[in-house]
Amino acid sequence: MALPKVCGIETEYGIVVRGAEGNPATASSQLINAYVAGIARDRSAGAVTWDFEDEHPATDARGFTLDDALAPEVETTLVNAVLTNGARYYVDHAHPEMSTPEVLDAREAVRFDRAAEEIVRRSMAYARSILSDGAELVVYKNNSDGKGNSYGCHENYLMARATPFGQIVRQITPHFVTRQVFTGAGKVGCEAPGSEPDGVAYQLSQRADFFEEEVGLETTIKRPIVNTRDEPHCDPKKYRRLHVIVGDANMSEIATYLKVGTTAIVLAMIEDDTLGDDWMLANPVAAIRRISHDPSLRATVRLHGGRSATALEIQWGLLERARKYEQSHGLAAVGESVGADVLRRWESVLAGLESGGDDVADIVDWVAKGRLVDGYRERHGLAHNDARLKAIDLQYHDLRLERCLALRAGLSTLVGDAEVESAITEPPTSTRAYFRGRCLAKFADNIVAANWDSLVFDIGEEPLRRVPMMEPTRGTAEHVGALIDEVTTARELIERLGA
Amino acid sequence: MAEHKQKRQTPTRRDEETGVETDDAPATSESGEKLKAELDDLLDEIDEVLESNAEDFVKSYVQKGGQ
Repeated sequence: MALPKVCGIETEYGIVVRGAEGNPATASSQLINAYVAGIARDRSAGAVTWDFEDEHPATDARGFTLDDALAPEVETTLVNAVLTNGARYYVDHAHPEMSTPEVLDAREAVRFDRAAEEIVRRSMAYARSILSDGAELVVYKNNSDGKGNSYGCHENYLMARATPFGQIVRQITPHFVTRQVFTGAGKVGCEAPGSEPDGVAYQLSQRADFFEEEVGLETTIKRPIVNTRDEPHCDPKKYRRLHVIVGDANMSEIATYLKVGTTAIVLAMIEDDTLGDDWMLANPVAAIRRISHDPSLRATVRLHGGRSATALEIQWGLLERARKYEQSHGLAAVGESVGADVLRRWESVLAGLESGGDDVADIVDWVAKGRLVDGYRERHGLAHNDARLKAIDLQYHDLRLERCLALRAGLSTLVGDAEVESAITEPPTSTRAYFRGRCLAKFADNIVAANWDSLVFDIGEEPLRRVPMMEPTRGTAEHVGALIDEVTTARELIERLGA
Repeated sequence: MAEHKQKRQTPTRRDEETGVETDDAPATSESGEKLKAELDDLLDEIDEVLESNAEDFVKSYVQKGGQ
């Protein structure tokens, strides 16, 4: 049976300094530092920060239980904070980035993705109070500046090492190429190499223009539809982490839910070898752009063997397979109730798209944004490439409440405010992120390094004690909740763990 | 159903403009009217939310490439 599809979302945000000079890397550091300092001041939550440039975990690792062959993760980023909700908040390249904690299902992924947005909003507010008069840091949850520069929203899924990587590449590609019909965040204009910027007035995806290879290791140039980064952050003999770089950052909660939920189901089918090769594309790179560039959804792409199909036809085919999989294998790997709900909504969004789109304007970002762009253009008689339409595109993703157009577009929601609020400070209960987050909240002073797969404690005597977390589904509330509640010191925790 | 037609006509490639079929637009319905009214309301207020100088704003939005 397929492994539980433990998953998470990493979002690189766009950032702009307004009312002051500043470069994006510095601004990203300021944003995150403002948050860490702000919550420490407000005592509403804690965070552990460290700077790997001054601290060399590989060489300082006295007493590490070297029970695995992996060196500790070496970071070169400017700021790197681990939050009590188990997330990592850091600077990557010239962007602020948030990696949600590991979660067990798509609904939890949405909850922590929303919490990440709220953390960024609070960071902007803290930064405003620190910066000089009127200056502010403005953060955008999008994937493109409209000028050929892209930054990612990545997903990660736990996969069995035993599943051949070639099979994963072959069988997940049709979903990665066609899921944009409901995961696309919409974009005014075109940034595909060799294309005219105005050659496409409006397209489904922020990211599709930037994919140039079918498979590969790169993430910043010649981006591949399937990324081969093999950095499991857990037991490498049993697991791999499929690092998905092909998606858009979604403002719609239900789009995020469908993006993660459908992908988790398709990956479970691949792991259980029930998907098959029916929908293999003849040219995935050409197909991902062709589909993105056609909001009518009528464009066809060629399949192996000479047939052609629309993106919707391929999606209907995958959904049909998923329904059969539900019957034959159940959906335990993605959470039974969440999985069933994802299947229901998957069908409904495909039907809505087929009937013209307006039915899903509250779910699908590119439809919601497209209505605004079209409506504004028609009302004012504008050209397709008018700057005001591009401004609408950008501001759809502006995370400031007073400027965000997505918040005004009538999108449906999935998780309640209270659920999001708790996810800002509290970890998910059903993965190792629980152990990470609870320890950071209770013993921050004793934790000298935190990582996806370990915590290193200083309990006041040599050596430092490393607690490995090589199993993503251990360290849950069920496993260690009572223990963490009971102990009063880090030393006691380590002793009780037998580490 | 002006909304519906707009969406079908929006597509970018000229060859699809001609593919628009007007007869598949559903008859005007209450929900369609409601959607249109909501969109109109939003378009009424959008200028207050939009950055005042769209040209400068769009031009100055430059990011470094990331992952």
